[in-house]
Parts: sequence; structure tokens; C-alpha cells
Amino acid sequence: MKISREDVLRVAQLAHLDLAPEEVETYRGQLDEILSYVGKLQELDVSNVEPMTQMRPRNAHGESGANVAGARAAAEPELRDDVVVPCDVANAVLAQAPDAAKPFFRVPKVIER
Amino acid sequence: MSAATPWTIATVRDALLTKRTSARELTNEFYARIERRNPELNAFLALCPERAYAQADRVDAAVAKGQTLPPLAGVPVAIKDVISTEGVRTTCGSKILENYTPPYDAAAIERLEKAGAVILGKTNCDEFAMGSSNENSAYGPVRNPVAIDRVPGGSSGGSAAAVAAGLSVVSLGTDTGGSIRQPGAYCGIPALMPTYGRVSRYGLIAFASSLDRIGPFATNIADAATVLSVIAGHDSNDSTSAAVAVPDYLAEIENPVAGLRIGVPEDYFGAGLDSEVKAKVQAGIALLEKLGCKRVPLKMPHTDYAIATYYIVATAEASSNLARYDGVRYGLRVHGNTLMEMYRKTRERGFGPEVKRRIMLGTYALSSGYYDAYYLRAQKVRSLIARDFSDAFEKVDAILTPTSPTPPFKLGEKTADPLEMYLADIYTVTGSLAGIPGISVPCGNTAAGLPVGMQIFASHFAEARILQLARAFEKAGGFVI
Repeated sequence: MKISREDVLRVAQLAHLDLAPEEVETYRGQLDEILSYVGKLQELDVSNVEPMTQMRPRNAHGESGANVAGARAAAEPELRDDVVVPCDVANAVLAQAPDAAKPFFRVPKVIER
Repeated sequence: MSAATPWTIATVRDALLTKRTSARELTNEFYARIERRNPELNAFLALCPERAYAQADRVDAAVAKGQTLPPLAGVPVAIKDVISTEGVRTTCGSKILENYTPPYDAAAIERLEKAGAVILGKTNCDEFAMGSSNENSAYGPVRNPVAIDRVPGGSSGGSAAAVAAGLSVVSLGTDTGGSIRQPGAYCGIPALMPTYGRVSRYGLIAFASSLDRIGPFATNIADAATVLSVIAGHDSNDSTSAAVAVPDYLAEIENPVAGLRIGVPEDYFGAGLDSEVKAKVQAGIALLEKLGCKRVPLKMPHTDYAIATYYIVATAEASSNLARYDGVRYGLRVHGNTLMEMYRKTRERGFGPEVKRRIMLGTYALSSGYYDAYYLRAQKVRSLIARDFSDAFEKVDAILTPTSPTPPFKLGEKTADPLEMYLADIYTVTGSLAGIPGISVPCGNTAAGLPVGMQIFASHFAEARILQLARAFEKAGGFVI
């Protein structure tokens, strides 16, 4: 057993989840089972492997014609000009809010914590 | 296909041009079908008739004036309820967004409507697209129209069921680890996951940002190609969308497939694969060989690590993305005496069990002391899985696999064991992690009449190649093999 009750409570606190007592035990067992399975990732030697931190293809192999050009184009970073554009949605957004005091969202006191 | 003569994009267009029907009449017809079937299927969560009829009337006016019709003129479509629609309730299958109405349209919605599509409503899905059976929806499960006691797959179960039952001509779903392809397989229809970055995700409510994609369900390959042409392309509102030219996919699908090299990875045909599914997919591959494709055996050695990798990467990203549901700006708020108490109570009441499970798993994997062992390691293994694919695409033009290891299972059959449910995603999560496109096409039925899906992967932005093979397969009778 890798995951303790305390682990579950710690994670729930980090994730701002107020778990019921029976949920704590259910999740403890399930997270333990899932993380034990995930432990198989430790079998691989990844000492010389870079993490995959971006999703654009790094090379253009494996396809012909337009797709090669496509993959190359996709590998280039696309930066746009930093231009101000209107975004006049404040009223529409505030209309959705559980508790709005235009132009603010109202929340309970935060000082205590 | 369940409907006797299903409407297609081409037959809708023809019927409008020859004035055999109007877009308004067609919209009426589809709402009548939904009224008849939806109580049993639970495929739709919300309908938007006002918006649909207004669009239908615009199409009918264009027909009356003899204007050139855009590619989806009058075509009834359904939209997964994780894609934002201005003025139409969008819940993500969650109680936390039960009363949420987006103030804007997703880019894909804008493009569909600009192309003349008639949006009928929003379809049911697993909560925040987390699930493989549609049983994680806060609004009840969807039933599979092909086998009513079975799940339609997930998470885009409602979008798959709607098209399979003839309640819309095409639909949009989203795919993070198989959520388009697997329900496509389970409901017996083509279902396409485009390349990461091919379709703008502006307005898609995020689950896992390095994995999420929008794509179509259809009853035939031509329709899938047409919808992709409409929704694909760069969007300045989505920095992950790619500035890669969009081909006319429909024009490409009839290209001959003789001489194409199709890779068959042995790692996808091992233990856990249902024998009937295996036999059907092997027959499907044999059919493509008969059409002149060259079969190339492959080894993709990191396939076995894909589920573990996926369920760390996806949950880590989800735990971060779903931090925004805090009761402050939109959605549910449960009163608390302090801000923290309000956060905790809102999230506890608003999220269902699978969403909480994934948030906790992801939070754990990202937390201090565990980040290197779980998240960082998973991102490295992800590189190895992506390399399996780039190595394979040095040798082959496409890769063929089963979509799911089993036919659709019964409602309630797998809900008790989350890990067992995760393991069933084995053949789809690989392509998700690599960022490449994939389609599931129908590949016959089991003896009990349950649909089997065959998956076709190709390299980044090679959707035309996938659709070309899928079309050749369709034309040769592969769908009913």
C-alpha cells in the first residue's frame, strides 16, 4: 500500500476538495491501485530522454509532398504582433456570476486564512 | 447504419437545390426524430431550435435567391457539450456548470455556421470529457443506438449516438485519449481525431491542453472530409493551432491507395484483444492489401507504457485546468464562511466522482516530492512513444490497429473499477500522446451484431492520407466486412 489516508487528505487539501469520510477511503484504494499500475514507468531508462514539452512535430519525416512542408511550417514558432483588440464582454460575463457587484465579483472574506 | 436511407451532406445539398425540401422542413424532421428517440438514448442535453430555425431560414433565403450554397448549407449538426455555444447552455456534463451559458461561440461553431450548418443542440458526454463509456455524465448515461443495453463509448457518446441514430447528419466531438474514435467504433460510424493543432480549440472547455482535439463524426468518409475542411485551419485566438494550409480533403479521398505501405504493429494485437475484434480487423487489413496496399509488420515497443503515461499527463493537466471552477466567476457556488470554504464546498458538490479522482491523481503527480517520479517521467516516456511513431512513419504511410480491444460493453459493467476502464483505452491513447491524427472506421460486426472499429493513424497533418485509405476501405465494403 503506497497511498495512505493522510496522502489523500493532503492531496484533497491541495486540490480544494472537501471529501466526505467515505470518499477518502474509496479514493485511497483507487489511487493506490492506479499509482501501483503507473509504477511500471519506472521500468524504463529515461536518463537520456528529453521530456515532451511541446506538441509540434520536430521533424518532417514520414510524409511526402505538401505534408513535409506542412510539418516544417508547424515546427516554426508562430508569434503574432502584440496588438490590443477590443474585448467588450464584461457585462455578459458578470451576468453569469453567482454574485456580482459591477464591475467586481463578490466573494466571502479572505482575511482569516 | 440504423436509419434506412441516412441523410448525408451531399443528399441534403441535392434536396435543397432541387427544392425537394427546405432547410426549415429538414430541421423540423430532425427535431421530430430527436423527440422520438432521445428519451431512450439521452444523446442530447439541450436543443436550440430558435438558433437552428434562424439559420435554416437564412439557408432557404439563399436557395430562393439562387446564391451559391456554402459546403454545409442546411446540414443538421450536433455539438458535444464541452464546446461553447453563445446563448446555449453548455454544461460539460457537469453539475458545476449546470446553469452556465457561454457569452461567445467556439471557433469551430463559428466556422460551421458560416458554412451553413444548422446546429440542433448539445450532446451528452462524460463529465468534462473524462470517461470511456458516457456513464460519468451528471445527466445520466447515453445508450448505444446499435445495442440499447450497451454503452455508446465515451467521452463523446452523445455525439456518436446522435449520428448513428440519424438524429443529426454529422456531429462534433472531442478526443483527448480516444473520446472521438472509441465511441465511433462502438456506434459503428467513422470518427476522426485530427492532428493536434489542426482545428482551433478556441471556446473548447479544456480537459488536458496538450491532448484535446475537436473532430467530426459522420456516417461516411466524404462527410467527415467535408466537415474537417470547414473546421480546420489556423486561428489567432488559439496559439496552439497550426498555420498549416488546409487541403480540400474531399478532393483527395478518391486517390488510389495501391502501393501505400500500411504498418501493422504486433503490439496492438496481443493479450487482451477480443478474438472477434481481432479477426475483423485482420480481415480489414487483408482487404486493404487486396486493394494493393503493402503490409509492413511493425514493432512499437513503448505501446505498453501508454496508459500509465496518459493517465499521469492527462490528469496533471486536468487538475490544473479544472482549478478554475471555484464558484467565483461562473457556474455553481456553494456558500462558505471563508473563500477557502466556498472553494472546497463548491468543488465537492459540483464535481462527480471520476472528475475528483482525476483531479486528485493529477494533483498528486504534480505535488512537491512526486513531480519528478510521475509527471516528469511520464513526459519523458511520452517522447519515447512519439518516437515509436516517427520511426514507424519512416517505413510506412499509415498504421492500422483495432480502435478498442473489445466491442461495446454493457452499461454498468465496468463502473466499479476505474483502472479496468482506463486500460480499455490502450489503442487510442498512443496517438493522442504523439499528437498525430487517427480515424476509427466501421469494420464489420461481431456474431452478436456489435460494431467493431478499425483505427488508421498517419503522421502529423496527413489527414488526407487517412481519409483516402478510409474511403478506399468504405468503397470496397470494409464497413460491413
